[in-house]
Amino acid sequence: MQTNADGRPRRCSGPGLTGRPGPLAHSDRLRSSGEHETFLRSLARRRMLVGTARAMLLVAFVVLWEVAARFGWINAFVVSQPSRALATAMSMARRGELWIHLGMTVGETAIGFTVGTLIGIVAAVMLWWSDLLSDILDPYIVVLNSIPKVALGPIFIVWLGTTVTAIIAMAISISVIVTIMMVYVGFREVDPDRVKLLRTFGATRLQILSKVVLPASVPVMIAALKVNVGLSMVGTIVGEFLVSKAGLGFLIVYGGQVFNMSLVMSSVILLSIVSVLLYYGVSALEQAVLRTRE
Amino acid sequence: MSGGVNVAGSSAIRLDRVWMTYHTREAETVALADISLDVAPQEFVAVVGPSGCGKSTVLSLVAGLIRPTSGSVEVCGEAVTGPSGHVGYMLQQDCLYEWRTILGNALLGLEVKRAVTRESVEMVRHMLDAYGLGEFERHYPRHLSGGMRQRAALIRTLATRPDVLLLDEPLSALDYQTRLEVSEDLYRIMRAERLAALMVTHDIAEAIAMSDRVLVMSKRPGRIKSGHRISLTCERQTPIGRREAPEFRAYFNAIWKELTEDGHAVAGGSEHADERGWAPAAV
Repeated sequence: MQTNADGRPRRCSGPGLTGRPGPLAHSDRLRSSGEHETFLRSLARRRMLVGTARAMLLVAFVVLWEVAARFGWINAFVVSQPSRALATAMSMARRGELWIHLGMTVGETAIGFTVGTLIGIVAAVMLWWSDLLSDILDPYIVVLNSIPKVALGPIFIVWLGTTVTAIIAMAISISVIVTIMMVYVGFREVDPDRVKLLRTFGATRLQILSKVVLPASVPVMIAALKVNVGLSMVGTIVGEFLVSKAGLGFLIVYGGQVFNMSLVMSSVILLSIVSVLLYYGVSALEQAVLRTRE
Repeated sequence: MSGGVNVAGSSAIRLDRVWMTYHTREAETVALADISLDVAPQEFVAVVGPSGCGKSTVLSLVAGLIRPTSGSVEVCGEAVTGPSGHVGYMLQQDCLYEWRTILGNALLGLEVKRAVTRESVEMVRHMLDAYGLGEFERHYPRHLSGGMRQRAALIRTLATRPDVLLLDEPLSALDYQTRLEVSEDLYRIMRAERLAALMVTHDIAEAIAMSDRVLVMSKRPGRIKSGHRISLTCERQTPIGRREAPEFRAYFNAIWKELTEDGHAVAGGSEHADERGWAPAAV
């Protein structure tokens, strides 16, 4: 109601919108219904403005790029141009190559973050199980976490050959340590009272793990999965740079080597689309799981 | 419900000269010093004491979660060597698991004990019905009020058919209204199930209103300073009714005085200020 008095627009947190029960709040809401409409309209206007500005920014960038290349303000050979990048992508799509490369990258990434997350969770369970083990391994995990995993690329190639397996190993290596750390911390932060409750029933360590620690840590595990989508993509692309004969990373490196910037640009754009889609996929999974919880 | 284990004459809970010492890198802490206590079958005993006096340690010992440094702990005449089927433990938080339905939560103890059968599920559903949660058995804890959640937690505890109930400040996380309401439920259910109970609390009024006997603990190292057998003359023997008994204030003042005697009440000032507000006049 203070917001009424000084005439400022009502915020979402304002008293009229919290749905606080009682006759006062009710009559308050009725009295200010006109003002509320205004508030809702201003919200909608703002959303529209943001959406339009976003779209305009993209359109302006693409148009400016195209025009600049066409009028020779920039060297189209070096920076390519949207129409050429699109044409390149379309012709690859027609020949069916595009889907092979896309599928390769998406597949490697998906296997990378899934397996990386699973291995990470299993390792975190082992560390949770044995305090002694986690004490012993602590410095090694710190070291493994701090080395740039891409530096391990050549090792994987020597061990696994110039194969898809080496690329996936790269993707896993980059995501697994982060998962171990995130999930292990999550396990340790499970409410001690909930564990105590199970112990009073005489629960075994396995029961504590399966009945409270794992289910309580589902949000943490999904958060790890979300982080790993991005990390595994880095691993996959670096892996493809190094060894592959297919995939978006391969197209980017190949395009660079033969100076086909349209190929490079279209691959980079596709890569960003793919990574966003993967991220949203995992976010949707997260929403679905968390909706059943508080 | 009280099992046949409660042979006449034997105690439901018995602690005999129990000492408990904790070790950390920095120090050795004596949490409990020479604690002896008995809880008779069907008796409700409350333990009050300042924060950190080792009240909860007593419950952990009885539950078999920890072992005493010396002395013995018995439940229903059996030495406690680990968590046993005799004991039900209620914590301050309801600790309901948000990914389980109310029925799923109520069955947790039975699951752990691998005792989920058609009959036991039927019994738990019957209890949910009897205590007004029947229509919520498929709901998740987030849909329930604080009082209902604590009742669900009590049913989860009772489902394993304990002989002895341990209550670790079971009401202190609730707001005033809910607290009175749940204390009524708790009292009624416990008397109906004829359970022995040991409750720790820092709330003197609650201790008097609910129990047959109040033990006062000193600050660390925790010792039992005194015991008060509570005998109240009132029409309704329920926690709220009992607060109206003429003797209530006398018990309150006596216990309050003992708690403040050695000056440690100053440390727990806010708690005790709260308790003063809980004097019978407030109800």
